[in-house]
Amino acid sequence: MNASQPPRSDVVDVVEVRDLVVRYGAATALDNVSLRVAPGEMVALVGPNGAGKSTLVNTLTGILTPASGSVEVRARIAQVPEGRQMFGDLTVDDNLRLGAWQLRGRGESRRKQRDTSWVYELLPDLVRVRDRKAGGMSGGQQQMVAVGRALMSRPEVLVIDELSLGLAPLIVADLAEHLTELNREQGTAVVLIEQNARLALDLCSRAYVLEAGRIAAEGDSADLAASPDIARAYLGEAQALPAPPDAQDDPGPHDPGPRDRAMADPAPTPGTAGTARGNQDTAVQAARAATREAK
Amino acid sequence: MSDFLVYLITGLGTGCGIALIGSGLVLIHRVTRVVNFAQGTFAVVGALTAISLLDTGLPHGLSEVLGVAVAAVVGLLVGVIAIGRRGTSPQAALMVTLGLGILAYAVEVMLWGDQGRSSEGLSGAVTVFGARIQTHYLLIIGVTAAVFAALAGLFGRTDAGKALSACSSNPYAARVVGISVTRMGLIAFAIGGALGGLAGVLLAPMNSMAFDSDVALIINGFAAAVVGSMHHIGRTLAGALFLGVAEAMVAGYGSATYQTVVALGLVLALMIGQAARTHSVVAEAG
Ligand SMILES: Nc1ncnc2c1ncn2[C@@H]1O[C@H](COP(=O)(O)OP(=O)(O)OP(=O)(O)O)[C@@H](O)[C@H]1O
Ligand SMILES: [Mg+2]
Repeated sequence: MNASQPPRSDVVDVVEVRDLVVRYGAATALDNVSLRVAPGEMVALVGPNGAGKSTLVNTLTGILTPASGSVEVRARIAQVPEGRQMFGDLTVDDNLRLGAWQLRGRGESRRKQRDTSWVYELLPDLVRVRDRKAGGMSGGQQQMVAVGRALMSRPEVLVIDELSLGLAPLIVADLAEHLTELNREQGTAVVLIEQNARLALDLCSRAYVLEAGRIAAEGDSADLAASPDIARAYLGEAQALPAPPDAQDDPGPHDPGPRDRAMADPAPTPGTAGTARGNQDTAVQAARAATREAK
Repeated sequence: MSDFLVYLITGLGTGCGIALIGSGLVLIHRVTRVVNFAQGTFAVVGALTAISLLDTGLPHGLSEVLGVAVAAVVGLLVGVIAIGRRGTSPQAALMVTLGLGILAYAVEVMLWGDQGRSSEGLSGAVTVFGARIQTHYLLIIGVTAAVFAALAGLFGRTDAGKALSACSSNPYAARVVGISVTRMGLIAFAIGGALGGLAGVLLAPMNSMAFDSDVALIINGFAAAVVGSMHHIGRTLAGALFLGVAEAMVAGYGSATYQTVVALGLVLALMIGQAARTHSVVAEAG
């Protein structure tokens, strides 16, 4: 399969969403959303907190049901859910194996499907902890387990609800590389939700911008990245940011604004992450970068 | 000495009955997070069904197996009502099982009357170190050992067991990986029903069974399950055997009047101890 080529228009899309409406009770979370993913394509889904990104992917994987519109998924789909979602009292290895639960092979092929060794090759940090309870792992380790668990189902479409959540920059870069590799070698299509919009647009060839339950923009990543509106809202073009007074500078670890999060590059280094300000400000930046990493 | 052996073996026999009740509670809780207060009812239904079938002339063995099967169906029904609707909270489901247990009284009295009945167990006795032990106790102990070995194997070694545990560990994640949480819960209720029925048919020769026998069974079984934190198979078995032997010793050397009182005292102590431990774990996590 030649997945690195841009998708051809005559192939059938693996995911096709038309005029999707999803409601939580009376509240409309998605309003007339249409989206498609071609085989072997990497698509980014960006947008502020509460835009409806998680709602959209949960509808793709059948966990939520649409109020109207159509969702067609024509390939095996797997999800790295928002917030890691471990089976806390099972071991890391058990978590991974359950990723293959839906694969119904028999005999030898079943044994192969349940074999987790290739995931450890991909995520070597997990080898040491394979027999420990997943609930006792660090946030980053759990995120790796969540990615590995999704891969265990050998998906043709992999949906990732926040790749970089809680991961050290180096590991994010590593995972991003693995994703590209998986995409290139096995033709796995990827739908990537990522607060780090720069990373998402770099990795994916096409992107959708979701705002308040609607598609606000879509197109080639390069075009979107070049658009001034998008750049200002999601890529955190540093010069454009007014320097807020320090007292209300830090939004706190629990609710980073979209802009603040989007600014966190995969490798935030003190000094380059923000504007060139005075010495004390650089110290504040460094401290903030450190807290971000500690998370 | 031979008295002691007799008390010990009968205590272990009773303890195994308690363990079977507790195992059903643990199994159902481990999959659904529901404390199933209808667990004692499964035992009563299983036992009374088997006794009725024996009365109609069906042979031993077949009658008991059918009793267990009927209990499994009742378990499934309780499951459908308690957790069949998606989104029912474990607390709400617990209330449903409690209500169904009481409703079952009416049905049982209609079908079998309100008098206690018992069946003939395995006849005969063997002599061990000079103590005469009824063969039926050995049967109970053997069956219980097999059931607990199977449960430990299921949860410890098989993917199906891991998937069952996953349902209560994180129901959302279970759905994400494609495990049907409701179906798994119903399977747990059906197996739980069978385990309760098994306890009933095995205990019926030793204690007579009436519609309200479930209270004593659930109190003891619940205590054992609490020792196992409603989760651990091995610790549930240990707790149940301890309770059974303690009751037999009190009845043997003291007085049968205090048997239940002592057992309840132990239950209370265990539950308080358990609560303190759970609290400290939560405090650590918070
Ligand atoms: N379980 C729920 N019940 C009610 N409303 C919900 C629920 N989940 C999400 N919402 C609402 O739906 C909207 C979209 O939420 P969603 O989680 O899809 O956003 P998101 O784009 O994933 O945000 P984030 O970047 O913070 O993860 C929000 O307004 C949210 O308040
Ligand atoms: Mg989200």
